[in-house]
Amino acid sequence: MTDTMTDTMTVSATETKLTAKDFVSDQEVRWCPGCGDYAILKAVQRTLADVEAKTENTVFVSGIGCASRFPYYMKTYGFHGIHGRAPSIATGIKLANPDLDVWVVSGDGDALSIGGNHFVHLLRRNVDVQFLLFNNEIYGLTKGQFSPTSRVGTRSPSTPHGSIENPLSATLVALGSGAHFVARGVDSAQKQLIATLTRAHAFKGTSFVEIFQNCIVFNDGIFSAFTAKDKAPDKQIYVEHGKPLLFGKDHTQGLRIKPGTLSLEAVVIGEQGITKDDVLLHNETDRALAALLADMNGDTLPIAIGVLYCKPGHIFEVEIRKMVQREISETTNSLNDVLRAGHTWTVPKEPE
Amino acid sequence: MPESSPNVAVVTPSRVTSSRDTPSRQTLESAVVRFSGDSGDGMQITGGQFMLATAVAQNNLSTFPDYPSEIRAPIGTTFGVSAFQINFGSRVIKTAGDNFDVLVAMNPAALKVELNGLKPGGIILLDTGSFQDRNIHRANYATDPRTDGSLDAYRVIELDISKLTLDAVAGLGLSKEKGLSKKEALRCKNFWALGFVYWMFDRLRTPTVNWLKTKFAKRPEIADANIAALNAGHALAETMEVSDGLNSFSVAKAPNIEPGVYRTITGAEAMAWGLAVGAKLADLRLVFCSYPITPASPVLHALSNMVEHDIVTFQAEDEIAAICAAIGASYAGSLGVTSSSGPGIALKGEALGLAVSTEQPLVVINTQRAGPSTGLPTKTEQSDLLQALYGRNGECPLVVIAARAPGDCFNVAIEASKIATKYMTPVMVLSDGYIGNASEPWLIPDIDQLEKFPINLHKEGEYFDSTLRDEVTLARPWAIPGTPNLEHHIGGLEKSYETGEISSDPENHQKMTDIRAAKINGVVRDIPDQHVESGAASGKLVIVGWGSTYGPISRAVNNLQEAGVDVSHVHVRHIWPLPQNLGDLLAGFEHILVPEMNSGQFVKVLRDQYLLDAKGLNKMTGQPFKIVELENAIRAHLEAAK
Repeated sequence: MTDTMTDTMTVSATETKLTAKDFVSDQEVRWCPGCGDYAILKAVQRTLADVEAKTENTVFVSGIGCASRFPYYMKTYGFHGIHGRAPSIATGIKLANPDLDVWVVSGDGDALSIGGNHFVHLLRRNVDVQFLLFNNEIYGLTKGQFSPTSRVGTRSPSTPHGSIENPLSATLVALGSGAHFVARGVDSAQKQLIATLTRAHAFKGTSFVEIFQNCIVFNDGIFSAFTAKDKAPDKQIYVEHGKPLLFGKDHTQGLRIKPGTLSLEAVVIGEQGITKDDVLLHNETDRALAALLADMNGDTLPIAIGVLYCKPGHIFEVEIRKMVQREISETTNSLNDVLRAGHTWTVPKEPE
Repeated sequence: MPESSPNVAVVTPSRVTSSRDTPSRQTLESAVVRFSGDSGDGMQITGGQFMLATAVAQNNLSTFPDYPSEIRAPIGTTFGVSAFQINFGSRVIKTAGDNFDVLVAMNPAALKVELNGLKPGGIILLDTGSFQDRNIHRANYATDPRTDGSLDAYRVIELDISKLTLDAVAGLGLSKEKGLSKKEALRCKNFWALGFVYWMFDRLRTPTVNWLKTKFAKRPEIADANIAALNAGHALAETMEVSDGLNSFSVAKAPNIEPGVYRTITGAEAMAWGLAVGAKLADLRLVFCSYPITPASPVLHALSNMVEHDIVTFQAEDEIAAICAAIGASYAGSLGVTSSSGPGIALKGEALGLAVSTEQPLVVINTQRAGPSTGLPTKTEQSDLLQALYGRNGECPLVVIAARAPGDCFNVAIEASKIATKYMTPVMVLSDGYIGNASEPWLIPDIDQLEKFPINLHKEGEYFDSTLRDEVTLARPWAIPGTPNLEHHIGGLEKSYETGEISSDPENHQKMTDIRAAKINGVVRDIPDQHVESGAASGKLVIVGWGSTYGPISRAVNNLQEAGVDVSHVHVRHIWPLPQNLGDLLAGFEHILVPEMNSGQFVKVLRDQYLLDAKGLNKMTGQPFKIVELENAIRAHLEAAK
């Protein structure tokens, strides 16, 4: 097995390097013009080229929704499943063949509403897949109903008087489910998104990436309060492990633990005796910090983008394979032996 | 079994040799015994041991474990009664028996629940130690049934089994200090009763003694206590035979049993092993994905204990996840299997459609139980047949096969694996709670002699060229991720017949719908022609059955045939597609009667497919058909037809 893998790797190293275009399928993309999905598609194709992925070893799995058309546009293996169930299909794929590189593409309705159960359990098991959640806070494919991430008061065909339900936080659900890799990106912020997707791809285990994606038809501008060019510096913070949590134009603002509390506050460097040393360093292995960062809503504190949390843990399908291999190596029993284990008796041939 | 006797002799040397020579035993062709007690009384273990001893005696046998859905219902209540019934004999045994000859009732509630099923003149073994007023009232008896005349029609053996058990165990000198509490000692009373019944039917204690020693290897004092109770019960019965005229019986070895190595097997075990063997014959890894549900979980348990045969089992978070993971596993080149019962199958419906649309090989096991909704989780029914055939959105045909007996689950599971991989389709296997839990002797096959059916993965060329469909089977090629140059898209949206990519073209949808149906209909070429199980190939009346009704129907029909009634029996294994000749065969009979444990589901299919005037005979009590019920119904049907 090891020999074969080495051979394959040697061969691939001599092959021509694939470009982002090599991951573009011959299918016509059918998202609305201006949809944020186009940018994400581009970022993913670029990431796959950067990490030297192989088209034949890559599988995109999706559920139902606008985002779920994604596999058709990739020149890789693609499985377009049913609503909410992509995590389960992906789990089955990895159980059959742990060597495949599997990406799950989902949306806020698909992952957090109809598929909420599978989302939680995929993260809990830590199956080695990349999970991309395109969050646009609306149901697009069914023409604009509110979703589980829609804010209170969202007017939609099913909530003409404004929605009443509280939204949930995808990243907090992910952390609460025991996710080992939790990150965020913005559709239009290509450079950061590609960096985050590259980290997600390298991570062994479920790497969860929430991508704020603009729905130009049903929820246009819903994220502009922190994604618009003039707002982004003050309302977004791009977090990097080991670096100070700085934001704002010229990085003059920072985050620190508010003295006497277990919460974060924003401070301005140079004001009230605050120096750079007072600003918290990002530690992506600290789950409590990740939760505080995930909870920031862009109101008084900026929205955190980048890898919020990353701490490897044991991987579901790898552990299963280990267990199976161990049991195989420790037995000499054939299936015939299984059938004959326990109490048996022989009926002799009757003498003629 | 000469090699076994010395072991028993070690336990009670003086008794064994004398008992074997007792000439006064009454010879029976067959007998039915029912062990019944509280859920905590160990009746399933007791019955299981009696089954083992009976198998060793080379009788034919069939069992019926009948237990409540509550794990531990309040002690002494009628709804907490758990029972195990066994029918055994020197003739062919096809059911667990209608009414029983011997009832072992460990408490008043068991007596209350079971008395109706005891034959007039039947024997009751009662533990009077449990007949305190409190227990009698808890069983909803107004008066003590032992003294109010309600047992007058039976032969009652009243013994304080509780006390006799404590006495027997006390004889070992095991005290609380030595690790055995009074509670634990009292818990041995089921083995006391078992020892008593062993004497009555001349069963060997060796297999049970060995089983106890293995089971309690870490607590030998518990094994010893149970063995002491077993021997004490056996010894008292022998004494009573002499002093009190206790009836004892002899049931001869069944003749004409096919020679070979046998074991007892439940339907769940046979299903698990059949799936493991099916995957092996297809040269695929088995990925078994399931969510716990009564009565299907034993299949998951059995396979989880066999991972050393390169089997992956996955306990999913719900039924939908289980089937979707199985679909994913098949897509990636394993044999994906999911297993559940009716309510779980309902949840899997949409994903079944996905498997049909994406043409994945998939085996789906439905161990049916009584519905609707949660229904009677531990009771049996055949009411998911229409769900299996039609319970999905859209035109969504798949293959349906039904197992007829515990051992038959092995064959059905292998056949399902073969059809699923050959035709690239889901195959639904119908079992039921009765088959799943019941056990029977099973001639163990040699797997190396079974025909292999290795699958052909598609490895070269373009992927979804329509010409790649197999010309005969219409199966699409199976190209798995990891194969260079065959990257393709697949999904639940309608696909172009030509390219496999999304297509909403009207003509194409018609064509794909037709192809999917034709592919499933074509499975008929791998299905043997329908044969007549017994009786003439045409005539007055045919009884058509499927699934677990095989046993009672065949016995009832045989009995009637012996009485000179013109009746035949046809048993259908392949529910969809139906055997090619079935319509013509049935048309050769004046009357068609279809007994089912549902309100008439298969009869609907037969009427629909063949425009035949088939009539239903239906039962929905959660209990299997009794032979006598069927005989009476068939006679009544013939009478009415005159």
